[in-house]
Amino acid sequence: MGVLVDLNGVSKSFKRGGQAISIFDGLSMQIEDGDFIAIMGPSGSGKSTLLNMLGGIDRPSAGAITFRDERVDNKSEGAMAKFRARNIGFIFQFYNLMPTLSAARNVELPLLLTKLSGGERKKRVKTALELVQLSDRAHHKPRALSGGQQQRVAIARAIVSDPAMLLADEPTGDLDRKTADEILGLMQTLNRSLGKTIVMVTHDPAAARFAKRELHLDKGRFEERLSG
Amino acid sequence: MNALAQIGAVIGLNLQSLPQRFWMSAATVIAVALAVGVMLAFQSISAGFQATVRGSGSTEIAVISREGSGGSELNSAVSLDEMRILSGAPGVKLGPDGAPQMSGELYVIVDGRRKSGPEKVNLPLRGVGAAAAGFRDGFTITQGRMLQFGANELIVGEGVLEEFTGFEIGSVVRLGDADWNVVGAFTAPATVFDSEIWGDGAIVQNVFDRQGSVQTVRLRLDGPEGLQKLTDYVAADSRFNVIVETEADFFADQGGAVGFLAVVGTVLGVIMGIGSLAGALNTMFASVSARTREIATLRTIGFGGLSAFAGTFVESIVLALLGGLLGVGGAFLLFNGLTASTLGAGFTQVVFAFKVTPDSVVQGVGLALIIGVLGGLAPGLRAARAPLLAVNAA
Repeated sequence: MGVLVDLNGVSKSFKRGGQAISIFDGLSMQIEDGDFIAIMGPSGSGKSTLLNMLGGIDRPSAGAITFRDERVDNKSEGAMAKFRARNIGFIFQFYNLMPTLSAARNVELPLLLTKLSGGERKKRVKTALELVQLSDRAHHKPRALSGGQQQRVAIARAIVSDPAMLLADEPTGDLDRKTADEILGLMQTLNRSLGKTIVMVTHDPAAARFAKRELHLDKGRFEERLSG
Repeated sequence: MNALAQIGAVIGLNLQSLPQRFWMSAATVIAVALAVGVMLAFQSISAGFQATVRGSGSTEIAVISREGSGGSELNSAVSLDEMRILSGAPGVKLGPDGAPQMSGELYVIVDGRRKSGPEKVNLPLRGVGAAAAGFRDGFTITQGRMLQFGANELIVGEGVLEEFTGFEIGSVVRLGDADWNVVGAFTAPATVFDSEIWGDGAIVQNVFDRQGSVQTVRLRLDGPEGLQKLTDYVAADSRFNVIVETEADFFADQGGAVGFLAVVGTVLGVIMGIGSLAGALNTMFASVSARTREIATLRTIGFGGLSAFAGTFVESIVLALLGGLLGVGGAFLLFNGLTASTLGAGFTQVVFAFKVTPDSVVQGVGLALIIGVLGGLAPGLRAARAPLLAVNAA
């Protein structure tokens, strides 16, 4: 296993009312290929900000982020979009599915950014939906699906283009315990069987136990615990 | 990366989500439709009137009118002496009997009443001779019979029958100090003559006290050089105080009176277009606002700003074009072919059909397109710049 992501002395601050507020300062960490990390911490500790920076939708104020030895934090907007499309799968708390598209069309979206043919795209969508056990809901629109099913569709969308890393921000925050465990079990399977690297932000200690490692972020510092 | 597929997907998403903003989108469509419809309505009046007036003139016929009459038959007078001299003029086609083809005509105003209201309006009564019908292309008696010369008989244009009351076939009308029998109806399709009443020129002269003159003389030209020969002939003879021009030129200037309606229509259309533009902008900003998380999600997945821009931009254009087509369709159904009458150059009513022309349609769709483009630009840019962090919005 090699290092997939390296954060080196990363800081993030923003200005409010003319005053600079630091979220974290000089944060460093490494994410190994095949890791499943749960990032926990109190509200405002910067968990989601960290996840956003890992996913290239936010940038550090200082420091460097490298992905497979390539610096990514200083890429242009266009290059960053391509980086995200090739390497990152996103799983959101509120699923973020397109309400007018069927489950299959939602899952297909990332593949529209590739040069795959229509037939190849269909095949991949079918496989992804089978993986999340939603083949029979392929033509349903999100409003016809339960919360858990919607999150499964979102996971299928995140993995369909076979990205190296999945980023999940409170993926079970909107689900009941039983459904949450099913979703977390699915993520665990993706990590163990398919070797997907997963970084998950959660408030829920029960959710964090599905990960291989727990990182607690507080006052701009990490404290690591092993779990699973 | 398949840029076109990206753009196509985002455009599809935008258009598929239109029902979620149905009423706001419908309001934009209707506002654009009204702007385009009003513009086309005014233009159809102008185009219809001008087509009728300008279509009345032939290039093979010369009209002789008094100098200074300003192109109005009502103000013109050509003496019978002048008419006699004209009968020997060069450039004039001769009939089978060897006589010059000419028609001296009187033009007086009589009262009429619209079917739609009680107020009196001016109608033209043309005093004609037997040759007059031959000077109107497509002249046909459509009901009853041709008037009998030497009798107080009238024939009326189809436009008069359609728009005005009291001139039905068989009725007796009092014009001047005489009673006249309406014996027939005629058409000279899509010309001002359809709005006229015709009677025997000699009787009209007597009843309306116009002895010694007619108002215009029509002469059929013997070829392309006929007009020049006739003009030279008239110019060389100091007894004439007349203008010689083709009938086409004589009527060409008379369409201008209603031409301003086209300008009014365009100005109104543009003003209403600005109002619809505000509506389109509002709708599109609301669309972007409602879909910020969707847009941010797509961009987070890797879709470019261009596709987000295109989705919103095309949605705006589609809404505006729908409005444009609705406006064009509405104007066509409501106005095209609708007949009305208005005051022509001779202070008399001219019956004409509204005409939604291809040019107007192009202008209407063009106006809609401009509204769509302008209404989509700024919201499209906002969509392209939607903050990626909105992806986490609840």
